[in-house]
Amino acid sequence: MSTATVDQVLTPSDEGDVPSGLVWLWRDSWTEATRHLRAMPRNPELLVFATIQPVMFVLLFAYVFGGSIEVPGYPDYNQFLMPGIFAQTVLFGSAFTGVGLAEDLSKGLIDRLRSLPMYPMAVLIGRTMSDVVRNSLTFVVMLAVAFAIGFRIEGTLAEAVFATFLLFAFSYAFSWVQALMGLSVGSVEAANSAGFIWMFPLTFVSSAFVSTENMPDWLARVADANPFTIVTNACRALYNGRDAGNDPWYALAWAVGITVVFAWLSARKFASAASR
Amino acid sequence: MTVAVVAEGLVKRFGKTEALRGVDFTVERAQVLGVLGPNGAGKTTAVRILTTLLKPDAGTACIDGIDVVREPRRARARIGLTGQYAAVDERLTGYENLEHVGRLFHMSRVEAKARGRELLERFSLQDAGSRVVGGYSGGMRRRLDIAMSLIARPSVLFLDEPTTGLDPRSRLEVWDLIEELVRGGTTTLLTTQYLDEADRLADEIVVIDRGVVIARGTSDELKRQTGGDQVEVLLEDPADAPTVIEMLRCHACGDPHLERDDRTVILPVPDVTGMVPQVVRDLDTRGIAVRDVNARHSTLDDVFFSLTGHTAEEVAADDGGGSPTDDDAAERQEAGVR
Repeated sequence: MSTATVDQVLTPSDEGDVPSGLVWLWRDSWTEATRHLRAMPRNPELLVFATIQPVMFVLLFAYVFGGSIEVPGYPDYNQFLMPGIFAQTVLFGSAFTGVGLAEDLSKGLIDRLRSLPMYPMAVLIGRTMSDVVRNSLTFVVMLAVAFAIGFRIEGTLAEAVFATFLLFAFSYAFSWVQALMGLSVGSVEAANSAGFIWMFPLTFVSSAFVSTENMPDWLARVADANPFTIVTNACRALYNGRDAGNDPWYALAWAVGITVVFAWLSARKFASAASR
Repeated sequence: MTVAVVAEGLVKRFGKTEALRGVDFTVERAQVLGVLGPNGAGKTTAVRILTTLLKPDAGTACIDGIDVVREPRRARARIGLTGQYAAVDERLTGYENLEHVGRLFHMSRVEAKARGRELLERFSLQDAGSRVVGGYSGGMRRRLDIAMSLIARPSVLFLDEPTTGLDPRSRLEVWDLIEELVRGGTTTLLTTQYLDEADRLADEIVVIDRGVVIARGTSDELKRQTGGDQVEVLLEDPADAPTVIEMLRCHACGDPHLERDDRTVILPVPDVTGMVPQVVRDLDTRGIAVRDVNARHSTLDDVFFSLTGHTAEEVAADDGGGSPTDDDAAERQEAGVR
């Protein structure tokens, strides 16, 4: 290679100040999101496994337990069950955020990204955004399964859209919880277990599958205070065209609150994150 | 010559471990500084501070006059980092990886793409460029990794143990690549625990041991500074050893001593030129039988031994199996403390 080319390839460029501002934060985030979106169709098995589990839950609850479960106000158990399953599906989907970040961390990618002049926060925003896309694909499959077993949307289109928005807002909030965990635990394996374990009690001690009225008193109180119950109740009422009361607003407040707090914590953690 | 990198009095503690205890060095523009030291010496910690990944407890670090602690984003725009592990996204193609990093350096899409192609070609990866990195060999990943850190024409390139964990062939490949970069005038800070690597690639070397700089200079200067060359005399009869040591003392610049085999006398000399005939004549006059007399130019291994009293390999073994991640281990420990 001639010297001229070497110089051309290697001499430092004269650069002014590092571009900053919200537009660049968005651009950096989107660039990071495309990294994951490009990879998504190359690992379809991830999507398949993300879908198999909720489908299994649907079949278990609709057919195995469904016959023995009676819920007040819902003669058709599927109408009661499916919004709960939707909520559980998108919540479980948030675990990918933590696992993905732990993987980037273990591969040394986070070190590289932290050494670039980009917005550090964009790594986390890009990751959570791409997980919303992954989650919506899973959600579409779940919706199809729901219709197949007889679930019908009885509310207005606007109500259904609002309910779906709430689900994703809630799942997005938990993506940030998972982000913090993914950055804190030591390995991908740990992120995987740590991300899932607590979601079982969170989703089962709730109104997702059964009415909390039949639980022991103390447990019912826990379940009723569970934000997952609140979002499930809100979505269930909206999908079924019933009066949701203030539940949608409480659910939204939870989602925003969790997002703000955990985005802040994750950003702090990210600033000192070290790859291994 | 202008100074591209300045590290001044860098101190970093992880819990009770002092990874850096006041490290100073500079890198001149278009020069390669080799930071040489065993595992756990603090090399990686120093690089992590200079590349804004870690904040020092004391001291300052500047890239092109930009303080890395006060203006990390501006500093980041001027550096390229290749860490100990190939930091590539295995799910993307080589080309996509390059384009992605280019975009994060705020290049336009067109520019990032063009630059990506240029580097793929330059690093002999054009055929593999459209394949997913998951299928690359270790050497290919490392080359891609280095290409990624060059995408924005960095003012300073940091290579943290670029050949650790590579097979000998890939290692030579990477060496050739780095030599080419260096000839092209890329200012480089290279850390390594391999003495031959520093010898071959670096213009100047600083030796770090246990968090302090214990020597600096060019490879030749270091060799000279620490006694330099040697003459090895292999005796026929080990009983002659004391006589030979006394007899040859007049030529030596240090203490002549006996190797562990009891029959090899090592004679440190300032300059080995002409010493072999001299020694042979001396021995002849006294009628001492020898099997062999060798001239040995000192290597960086000798330098390291004479500076630290232990070899690089010994330390690696002491520190637990020679894993390349002792600095990281200290950091993990710190993360646990927090």
